[in-house]
Amino acid sequence: MQQANAYFIPTPSMWPAVGAMALLFLGFGAALTMNSIGAGPWLLLVGFGILVYMLFGWFGVVARESEGGKYNMQVDISFRWSMSWFIFSEVMFFAAFFGALFYMRVLSVPDLSHGATGEYLWPEFKAGWPISGPHIEESFTPMGAWGLPAINTLILLTSGATVTWAHWALKVGNRFQLNVGLAATIALGLLFLSLQAYEYYHAFHELNLNLAMGAYGATFFMLTGFHGFHVTIGTIMLIVILGRCLAGHFKPEHHFGFEAVSWYWHFVDVVWLLLFVLVYWL
Amino acid sequence: MEAVHGHADDHDHAHDHPSGLTRWLTTTNHKDIGTLYLWFSFAMFITGGLLAMGIRAELFQPGMQLWNPEFFNQLTTMHGLIMVFGAIMPAFVGFANWQIPMMIGASDMAFARMNNFSFWLLPPAAALLVVSFFVPGGATGAGWTLYAPLSVQQGMGMDLAIFAIHIMGASSIMGSINIITTILNMRAPGMTLMKMPLFVWTWLITAYLLIAVMPVLAGAVTMLLTDRHFDTHFFNAAGGGDPVLYQHVFWFFGHPEVYIMILPAFGIVSQVIPAFARKPLFGYSSMVYATASIAILSFIVWAHHMFTTGMPAAGQLFFMYATMLIAVPTGVKVFNWVATMWRGSMTFETPMLFAVGFIFVFTMGGFTGLILSVTPVDIQLQDTYYVVAHFHYVLVAGSLFAIFSGIYFWLPKWTGHMVDERLGKAHFWCSMIFFNLTFFVMHFLGLAGMPRRIPDYSTQFADFNAIASVGAFGFGLSQLIFLAAVIKCIRGGEKAPAKPWEGADSLEWTLPSPAPYHSFETPPVVK
Repeated sequence: MQQANAYFIPTPSMWPAVGAMALLFLGFGAALTMNSIGAGPWLLLVGFGILVYMLFGWFGVVARESEGGKYNMQVDISFRWSMSWFIFSEVMFFAAFFGALFYMRVLSVPDLSHGATGEYLWPEFKAGWPISGPHIEESFTPMGAWGLPAINTLILLTSGATVTWAHWALKVGNRFQLNVGLAATIALGLLFLSLQAYEYYHAFHELNLNLAMGAYGATFFMLTGFHGFHVTIGTIMLIVILGRCLAGHFKPEHHFGFEAVSWYWHFVDVVWLLLFVLVYWL
Repeated sequence: MEAVHGHADDHDHAHDHPSGLTRWLTTTNHKDIGTLYLWFSFAMFITGGLLAMGIRAELFQPGMQLWNPEFFNQLTTMHGLIMVFGAIMPAFVGFANWQIPMMIGASDMAFARMNNFSFWLLPPAAALLVVSFFVPGGATGAGWTLYAPLSVQQGMGMDLAIFAIHIMGASSIMGSINIITTILNMRAPGMTLMKMPLFVWTWLITAYLLIAVMPVLAGAVTMLLTDRHFDTHFFNAAGGGDPVLYQHVFWFFGHPEVYIMILPAFGIVSQVIPAFARKPLFGYSSMVYATASIAILSFIVWAHHMFTTGMPAAGQLFFMYATMLIAVPTGVKVFNWVATMWRGSMTFETPMLFAVGFIFVFTMGGFTGLILSVTPVDIQLQDTYYVVAHFHYVLVAGSLFAIFSGIYFWLPKWTGHMVDERLGKAHFWCSMIFFNLTFFVMHFLGLAGMPRRIPDYSTQFADFNAIASVGAFGFGLSQLIFLAAVIKCIRGGEKAPAKPWEGADSLEWTLPSPAPYHSFETPPVVK
């Protein structure tokens, strides 16, 4: 017997095993691809296919359960806790890369130009920032802050406002404003990604700025690349949410799927502000 | 418990569960998933154990006997990775799955499907690790810490290890989110935080540590990956990077990680000792605060692993004193366990033997840790067998003995049968004696200067190494007694009552043995 107010425990499900299968293919596929072994890309492709299948299937089930009214208040609180902790784990992920930036800029690069290390290894090397490194022959031009990156900052901040505007609409049941707000957020996200792609193109072809450009190149691309990856995920999630809104999902008092995505989007926004200040500007 | 109002589907979904392999692949039941975790952990324990036997066989006498040096390095590396990520951590998650819902009076974990995903990510990760032995160049031999620059230069086995770590990290993070959410949101009415059994408390704090540091490890190995394949110079001075950067990022994960592997052990021991001393745990709230302070301190001591790799004197002093500070909350715990036993009416069934053994041997490991925290001493002992002895005292006699204790403690609840005490006691005494035979002599080897991770050694180390190898094989064989005891208990034996241990008082003992498929369909009320 199940109490109507009991905590929701799902029935047995194939999706976790399907997801694990996807990661098995992705893990081997990535390792083989990076070592230029022929089967690698095919395994990656299969793994990616299974992953997409799993995401559609699993989240489809979740959306149906949610719309079917199976998630009570307590389940809702569980979702809130879990999303908060997930975002905390993402914060720590970025912290590792920001830590690497701090370490290289403040400690390892200056250390290479003074003391015994500087004297014996590369006596001509003068520390500074932005810089590649003492043993990198090619030179590059660093990415300026006040061109595209500043515009991108404005775009992301605006998108944070539009998603909140959509949220207000959802809470008062204004579905039109909700859809428009979400669509605007998605458009801004896509615009951000296009500009970032153009910025990378510019960096590679005109500034000779690439991953091989030592301390600056490595940290610049690792941080902006990871952030861009997160914006991509966030945009895909927003598109899914817009699709669900158009299908009439979510209620003014019950819409954590929407809120989770907007939390994520705000998180990505805050990371960008840190990036703008620490990677581009200073 | 009657349905409050009519539901479209009145029968309980979770009761129509499939059987056979599909049951295990698709399960959303915390007990099934706990069982999967525990058996997976045992399989990895045997795998990692066989690698250790390979190490000890080579070191039985001086000279090169069985393996070439490259393969020896692969043995030590994979032994470490498999034991840490495959055996110890999943075993504790298995305990969390079985016990936490029962101990807090919940029906299941908060996210039952994601729970199964966390488990099923582990076999692919294990496959990546094990298969890496068979790729060109073999598995990674860079040591379980995967220090750059060696790890940047290795073959494809290193990439497989990196992806395995990514997948295991994802599994740990999902598992931890699930555990935290379950504890914070699914407790029975009246079960306030400060009434939770200590095992639940230690897992709450462990899960927090996991979420905080697993992503940092993922970041470290991602930078390794881009250094290997995408021309970055994070760990290469030619490009302004630094191999020591890897060590900082790794140990920012690595030090909390050692507490991730010991805090749940503290939790288990804190359940077992009061049950067999027939007294409530002495200083419950100080135990909670001690656990929390260990967790907080664990974030500011990481560089004590790096005293010899270049650090200003001020840094060495800071990390030395911060490390010593951890002895205070740990001392509080050991004191409380002993005070719990003080004037208790103790009996020594197998779980208690392992718990008391744990306190004795783990404390020795703690003391050698304190010795190693002293910078000038550490500079002498860095990378010697003294360090190997130290961390095996805390990881084998600490984490592993607590796992054994917990298994013997809760097996009656899980299977409905009592464990064969003769087998259990034989397992304890064999494990205890062979463990000390193996690792105690390593202190002497380390003090005499024998370096770790080297397949050959100078002849003056021969006697102690021979003793350690005999002990290691004895310890390995003793684990067959454990397997026999567990299988015997699953297949039958004396019927276990709901509460087989007189002094045990947490909620799981109010359920019949074996515990029903769904623990608490109506939450119990805790007074």
